Amino acid sequence: MKHLSEYRDFDATKKYLDEIHKITTREWNIMEICGGQTHSLVKNGILELLPEKVRMIHGPGCPVCVTPLNLIDKAIELLEKGVIVCSFGDMIRVPGSKKSLLEAKAVGGDLRILYSPLEAVSIAKENPDKEVVFFAVGFETTAPANALSVLHAEKEGLNNYTILASHVLVPPAMEAILDDKLCTIDAFLAAGHVCAIMGMQEYYPLVEKYKIPMVVTGFEPLDLVQGIYMAVKQLEEGIYKLENQYSRVVKEHGNEAAIAVIQKVFEVGAREWRGIGEIPNSGYVIKEAYRKYDAEAKFNISHIKVPENPNCIAGEILRGIKKPNQCDQFGKACKPANPLGAPMVSSEGACAAYYHFSTHLTA
Amino acid sequence: MENSGFETINLGHGSGGELTRNLLDKVIFNTFSNPFLDQKHDGAIVEINSKIAISTDSFVITPIFFKGGNIGELAVNGTVNDVAMCGAIPKYLSLAFIIEEGLKMEEFEKIVASVKKAADKSGVLIITGDTKVVERGKGDKIFINTTGFGQVHPKANISVHNIKAGDKILVNGNIAQHGMAIMSEREGLEFESDLVSDTTNLNFLVKDLLDAFGEKIKLFRDPTRGGLGTVLHEIANDISKGVFVKESAIPLEKQVAAACEMLGLDPMYVANEGVFLVVVDPSIEVEALALMRNHEKGKNASLIGEFTNAHPNKVVMESLIGGKRIVSPLVGEQLPRIC
Repeated sequence: MKHLSEYRDFDATKKYLDEIHKITTREWNIMEICGGQTHSLVKNGILELLPEKVRMIHGPGCPVCVTPLNLIDKAIELLEKGVIVCSFGDMIRVPGSKKSLLEAKAVGGDLRILYSPLEAVSIAKENPDKEVVFFAVGFETTAPANALSVLHAEKEGLNNYTILASHVLVPPAMEAILDDKLCTIDAFLAAGHVCAIMGMQEYYPLVEKYKIPMVVTGFEPLDLVQGIYMAVKQLEEGIYKLENQYSRVVKEHGNEAAIAVIQKVFEVGAREWRGIGEIPNSGYVIKEAYRKYDAEAKFNISHIKVPENPNCIAGEILRGIKKPNQCDQFGKACKPANPLGAPMVSSEGACAAYYHFSTHLTA
Repeated sequence: MENSGFETINLGHGSGGELTRNLLDKVIFNTFSNPFLDQKHDGAIVEINSKIAISTDSFVITPIFFKGGNIGELAVNGTVNDVAMCGAIPKYLSLAFIIEEGLKMEEFEKIVASVKKAADKSGVLIITGDTKVVERGKGDKIFINTTGFGQVHPKANISVHNIKAGDKILVNGNIAQHGMAIMSEREGLEFESDLVSDTTNLNFLVKDLLDAFGEKIKLFRDPTRGGLGTVLHEIANDISKGVFVKESAIPLEKQVAAACEMLGLDPMYVANEGVFLVVVDPSIEVEALALMRNHEKGKNASLIGEFTNAHPNKVVMESLIGGKRIVSPLVGEQLPRIC
């Protein structure tokens, strides 16, 4: 794991920071798409090392944050029906309309925290008389593993495994943000790991259509300052193009095997984004051929719909219109231990990142 | 330890009757025999002619056997260390088991043997105890509670309120090792590694520090659950001072760092067992660090930071690349991230 030292090197990072300071002449708003990037920017204290004129706007790329509230209620409903619900860790503390998955577990729900959906398939195999559901949320990054779990279940002939899917896609969200009248974003750092799967092809048309610089960027401190430098340099030169800072991981055409697995199980369809609303063609839905692995179809839970907490401005946070510390509830009524909305829960959520790490916090 | 004649623990072993007596005689009293325990009273009668420090802790770890130890030695070291952190010399321990029926006798005996070994290593006697058995499903194999009693060191004046701005913070060694060793063996998370728990007794190093520096030592604290980050935050808040630490000075073994990275966990919040921090007067920072580094339990000791009036109640960490961030307390359990 060389990246633990090489890409966190003081001198190498400082070289790019100095360059950013040198070339910046105007105010620029740069949005980092991915929550992992937000987390790293704040955790490593990069925001305060940037020139004041370079403002980072935190994007919607936190899977936990954009998963609609009613989906959490659906997962809880399944738990209460006696289904074994398997989930990634940071989903379980997100408040539903009445409680979180963690609270539903405390009163007897069989909730399993996993690192991989394939483990859920094993659980289904070991518990043939129980229903097992994997809570399949995430961006393009987690879609291949979730799709693969369906293919494994099919191969094993399992009839007790389904997924509760809420997969969302980055490019349509970027368009929705750019089409917003209040949008002030001058450049994007595209999400490195999403592009590692999907490649770069989808982004060229966006760069052309919106005439906006875009840099595919990684997650280590050196990745981020280099990505920011590349974006500022384009902005200062008045050009716009798609660049790849994260070339050690991201290839032009992505991971073709992973894409094939996604396309076998999923097709593109409309998806609801928490705090943003429904965006057409912005997510994956399970193809008709695999409908028997769709938990929503199997358990009759599609009717569950719940409103958001009106005091939570997650939508504005996710679209980069407001910063977490500009929210009246931030650090007061809304804290990680008692979150009003999802961005305060996930470690990738902008609000939680600000709460945990930011020295700007006055509370 | 004699053969108890049983392959598994059953409810009868906690009934208070013949089976209980059999278990106690053959496994417990035999192993821990000492003048206090051998009286077989309902409790122990001891004489301590000084201020005493008392600490109690319950141990509920899963799995009960892990690389680098088991729940038995953890139950001794954990309480021995808590007593030591009060600036005391641990002398006696109580030992109480809550066992789930069906636990293999062999496993129970192994745990008892580890308790004995750890107690001998730290120089403490087991002087009283209890054994209960609960029905299957009502426990998690075995829970252990220990209470420790220690003589407060005559030169010790340990109090969080003695800390002043400028006081230095030292740690005795690599952080996050215990938590990651346990994590590597948790069901569903198994990953191959050579990580072993750092569980150990810290009382002799604590005594050496107090012998040498007395009141110049302001505080000992072992960051077990919640990790170093949470403990630093607690201290800062208790005394309304700030803490400033440098990430580059915090000792972290490469494999532990890699495991944390892989699972998306922050080592600052991962549990430790053989780690403690010492707050010292700045006049002895060099000597105290040297003493620790010369001790078997402090080879990787490091000066990680200091107290300050600059940002009361906050722990600020300078990152490897020179940025600053707040270290906030852990909320609930650290949860693995999605991607």
